Amino acid sequence: MPSRIQSQARPDSLLINMGPSHPAMHGAVRIMLELDGERILNSEIEVGYLHRGFEKTCENRTYFNLLIYTDRLNYVSPLINNVGYVMTVEKLLGLSIPERAQYIRVLMSELSRISDHLTCLAAMAMECGAFTVFLYKMKAREFLWDVIEATTGARMTTSYIRIGGVRADLHADYEAAVQKGLAETRKVLKDVHGLLDKNKIFLNRTRDIGVMTPENAVNYGWTGPALRSTGIAYDVRKAHPYLTYDRLNFEIPTGERGDNFDRYMVRMREMDQSLRIVEQCLAKIPKAKTGLMADGLEPAEAIRAARTQKPDRPVKLSPNLEGSEKAVTKDILADDRRVTIPPKEETYTSIEGLISHFKYFMKGHGIRPPKGEAYLSVEGGNGELGYYIVSDGTDRPYRLHLRAPCLPLLAAIEELIKGRMVADVIPTFGSMNIILGELDR
Amino acid sequence: MQGNFITTRLNAMLGWGRKYSLFHYPFVTACCGMEYMSAACAHFDIDRFGAGWTRFSPRQSDLLLVVGTISQKQAPVLRTVYDQMTEPKWVIAFGACAVSGGIYDNYAVVQGVDQVIPVDIFIPGCPPQPEMVLDGLIKLQDKIQKTKQDWRWKKQRS
Repeated sequence: MPSRIQSQARPDSLLINMGPSHPAMHGAVRIMLELDGERILNSEIEVGYLHRGFEKTCENRTYFNLLIYTDRLNYVSPLINNVGYVMTVEKLLGLSIPERAQYIRVLMSELSRISDHLTCLAAMAMECGAFTVFLYKMKAREFLWDVIEATTGARMTTSYIRIGGVRADLHADYEAAVQKGLAETRKVLKDVHGLLDKNKIFLNRTRDIGVMTPENAVNYGWTGPALRSTGIAYDVRKAHPYLTYDRLNFEIPTGERGDNFDRYMVRMREMDQSLRIVEQCLAKIPKAKTGLMADGLEPAEAIRAARTQKPDRPVKLSPNLEGSEKAVTKDILADDRRVTIPPKEETYTSIEGLISHFKYFMKGHGIRPPKGEAYLSVEGGNGELGYYIVSDGTDRPYRLHLRAPCLPLLAAIEELIKGRMVADVIPTFGSMNIILGELDR
Repeated sequence: MQGNFITTRLNAMLGWGRKYSLFHYPFVTACCGMEYMSAACAHFDIDRFGAGWTRFSPRQSDLLLVVGTISQKQAPVLRTVYDQMTEPKWVIAFGACAVSGGIYDNYAVVQGVDQVIPVDIFIPGCPPQPEMVLDGLIKLQDKIQKTKQDWRWKKQRS
């Protein structure tokens, strides 16, 4: 079947494909361009090359198990996806979580947001030919990921934010690691400002290209940095504060013209604000009990000891459970047995703990929110990331819908590149930060 | 006797040349692309192993990195890209989705790219750590060194 652009093309114009396998198309977007020489007359975007059946898959997974799929939606900032999903389920359950866990969530969200913006701008700069910027930004991202890896145990797909709190407490010397990450990121941001802000080549490719008016942006349903670049200061963190954002001090940077350069600039300044938020989190985060156990019982010994009486010494856990010891559970997980996994010490040493562990993971049991529906949105890396969950009272969602911020952004690209040159497609597309994982789902 | 001797040495030399000058084409579709970027950048530096040169054209590359989920819609594109590459060529399936479909066992996802194209090295992980990527690359280099090299002018003479 010929596409719209094929059937409507002028006979003398040239039709070319950009993508789906094109370095600037982030893997899997196809843009068909109708060209008159170098000028774009019309374009048509085709999506769906990364459709992985996320929403349908979620209907067949328990609330606990589908968490891993949310990691892989916006894979540049997986922790924000976790936060969004988990908070929607908590809204369904009517659950409140400890303050320390809230601060940890904010901290992780902001670290993810910085790495999201770093990756987006790195790719955008690289596609414009600024390879040095790409290398610098990737370097900064590595330092932030070191923090995330040390706390969550994984670099990207962490599944760290759990229903009721977080999986484990922050690692022992997280403050030093975070400070190092922040210092390195600040250095890189300063370098990048110096490399790009007044760079003639970069300005020529981004200034007054891909201009969006505020009215049109709202009509398309834009959110996030792209909307703020047009001058509208809408941020979910300020408009509908969640977690502890109302207790933290930060500004919402906005642009003036809504062009590619403004989108770049808004992202750069937003990273500064995120760095500020992280620092405030470090200062304000409530102190927790230390959960590190040096002289505990080995799990096998504990099981043997528990056959006769309850062991008096704590159980030593395997290193990959570090941070989720019983002593710290109260600070990082809600005190509600219906929705949280019991501490491993109890599972190993008491029959009640074992039963509640099995009840949690058994089919048909586990987390069963009451009948109803809930929508909740968080500020993702590139806009309002919303989850809509319908529950029918079982342990699986009846329906789960994701409001991906990328889709409205991508929809507007056809209009933004109309009448421009072919080369303008690349910075316009790059400055939007189109993430296929959440767009095609 | 003499001819055989020269052929084996030439074989080793060609293998050595080929394994340390892999121009790769990253067919990046999904999450694994982030780890591919990490592996390619300064911290892990894939360039140390002679595979630093990323070519975004299949015509200029020897190594196809299938990075990320290949959906049913994407599979024909991948096949086209593979067919456009010139011999000799190698393929690495990067990440659980490319290896076996990973956690996406459903209607939309190809259950392993070896259903579409031949694969030399499988790197598991969701996503694999950059160290694993480098390990996979070294394994591919071993494989290239050990195989009998094929070259056009040899074929024409024999």
